[in-house]
Amino acid sequence: MSATRHEPRARGRLAALLAPPLLWLVLAYLGSLAVLLLSAFWTTDPFTSDVVHTWTTDNFRDILTTPVYRTVALRTLGIAVAVTLLDALLALPMAFFMARVAAGRLRRALLVAVLTPLWAGYLVKAYAWRVMLGEHGIVNAALAPLGLHGPGYGTAAVVIVLAYLWLPYMILPIHAALERLPVHQLEASADLGAGTVRTLRSVVAPAVRPALLAGSVFTFSLSLGDYLTVQIVGGRTQLLGNVIASQVTLDLPLAAALSAVPVALVVCYLAAVRRAGGLDSL
Amino acid sequence: MRNANPWKAAVAAGVLALAVACGSGDGGTHGGRAAEQQSIGKGEGRVDIIAWAGYAEDGSNDPKADWVHPFERQTGCKVNTKTAGTSDEMVSLMKTGQYDTVSASGDATLRLIAAGDVAPVNTRLVPNYRDIFSGLKMRPFNSKDGKMYGIPHGRGANLLMYRTDKVSPAPDSWKAVFDGAAKYAGKVTAYDSPIYIADAALYLMKTRPALGIKDPYALDRTQLDAAVALLKKQRQQIGEYWSDYQKEVTAFKGGDSVLGTTWQVIANTAAAEKAPVKAVLPKEGATGWSDTWMVSARAAHPNCAYKWLNWIVSPKVNAQVAEYFGEAPANAKACKETADPRHCAVYHADDEAYYRRVHFWTTPVPQCLDGRRNVTCTDYAEWTRAWTEIKG
Repeated sequence: MSATRHEPRARGRLAALLAPPLLWLVLAYLGSLAVLLLSAFWTTDPFTSDVVHTWTTDNFRDILTTPVYRTVALRTLGIAVAVTLLDALLALPMAFFMARVAAGRLRRALLVAVLTPLWAGYLVKAYAWRVMLGEHGIVNAALAPLGLHGPGYGTAAVVIVLAYLWLPYMILPIHAALERLPVHQLEASADLGAGTVRTLRSVVAPAVRPALLAGSVFTFSLSLGDYLTVQIVGGRTQLLGNVIASQVTLDLPLAAALSAVPVALVVCYLAAVRRAGGLDSL
Repeated sequence: MRNANPWKAAVAAGVLALAVACGSGDGGTHGGRAAEQQSIGKGEGRVDIIAWAGYAEDGSNDPKADWVHPFERQTGCKVNTKTAGTSDEMVSLMKTGQYDTVSASGDATLRLIAAGDVAPVNTRLVPNYRDIFSGLKMRPFNSKDGKMYGIPHGRGANLLMYRTDKVSPAPDSWKAVFDGAAKYAGKVTAYDSPIYIADAALYLMKTRPALGIKDPYALDRTQLDAAVALLKKQRQQIGEYWSDYQKEVTAFKGGDSVLGTTWQVIANTAAAEKAPVKAVLPKEGATGWSDTWMVSARAAHPNCAYKWLNWIVSPKVNAQVAEYFGEAPANAKACKETADPRHCAVYHADDEAYYRRVHFWTTPVPQCLDGRRNVTCTDYAEWTRAWTEIKG
């Protein structure tokens, strides 16, 4: 009896609680994306650069037929893939060590070490790398005795700095997955006669895979959208973000059409990850 | 453009979202030609300004640099400053109609005039206009149809800077960064903006007269293609493009760049930080910039805006800004007010012969600025697309 009396009120309260975030999600978040996509079908007055509301698909045709946009899109995609692979290679042993080998104080210290850079400003970190990668920077100084020269500013520097910036987003989910892995499962595997490689392949890998994919969504999509790092250490290269930024005030519809490219790439990537089962734990 | 503003990124993204959300303009502002103001009434108590960093200091960055508070005390107009990082950003902010005045550079001014975002300025209402150097009055980048569209603020040339220990012989021509750039491959730098195409055009104007370039900002299709080809070739030797001046200072200090375009203020800063650099005005002349305080066609506080225009180019304040920012003041009387008596000499402020060799940034528009009627010139949007293509 009392339950039925309270239910409408509870439901109302729940609705009131959920309304603001839902409104935000639909209006501000998805709404702005929808308007962005819509404006990609408009055009601009070439003289005043005011947006003219005439329906056209010219912007998309321009993007598909202009070689430089294809080059930049492929370069951006390549960098995002490289950053993701590099982060996966770095994060796997690191997360494994933190979750399964290190203990007590060392483990906490490592976790703090991974988290601390997250709290530092993006620009501070990128500029720090600019100094390190410079002609007289620490990278060249360290490589000089070996007769080597650092990558300098350019595409390689962009990959390194982005991999550095997004590394925690890869380590943390993998670490969480490995930490959740019951020790009994590993013991059982050993009891059943599996060697290290077999245990890694049959027990650890399935547990880590969804986390790895989830982490890769971050590193991949963040790399696709980035354009400040390129400005700081990119030398003479440009990514999709830079091209979009250069068009924003002059030709907003073209900028909108261009920004549909990374959106499409991320959607494709998410679909692939979903098929691979990376989103099941969400 | 000038001044390091990595936040221009965030702002650009925000503006994109906003502009889109608001449906971005009313489609046809062509008719918005405001008439110039006839008199200055009582101040509205407030003025909204878009300025380059360093142009409207209120003492919060450097307690000694404050020309906003004295203005507020004198006129009762409270100043709201929005600092813009690039010319593009200034243009889009002015489109919102929420600002009264802007310190626009020559690569933005004609765009603002064309869009009807700014009104002609009645120079009789700005007493200090009388003392502005004649070389800055009624120029193609700040006037149209015989009307001034603002009050000149200051100017500077885009010089050629080099490391004296790495580059020899000392260059005296832009050839060093174009046809001769291979000698310093990977250590050459160039300004990262479509307007840099004019630098290539200026070089072609002298080295390939057959192209018939008369004005580096008035390029027909063939001339633009030639400049783009030259810049694509130059790209092979470029180490990095620069757009914020602090970035260039460190690049020259660390030896990542040894040769490229610069501003006097960058050369001074780098030299003060012990980098062995020198800046010259090459024999071909140079491009340059000149800023103009313009008034919005939809200004909500026009009286305070006019008071600001007169204030910011008054001899004492103009001297303060020019020294703080590192540029040649526009007011001839400012040269007597600078803290460093050599300031005007260093920046060639009163050297009209020097500035005759400088082609100030002007927005490229379809009507050729060099007076040609038989061809259509390439506009800034085409330059922007070309710049993307040059960078590859």
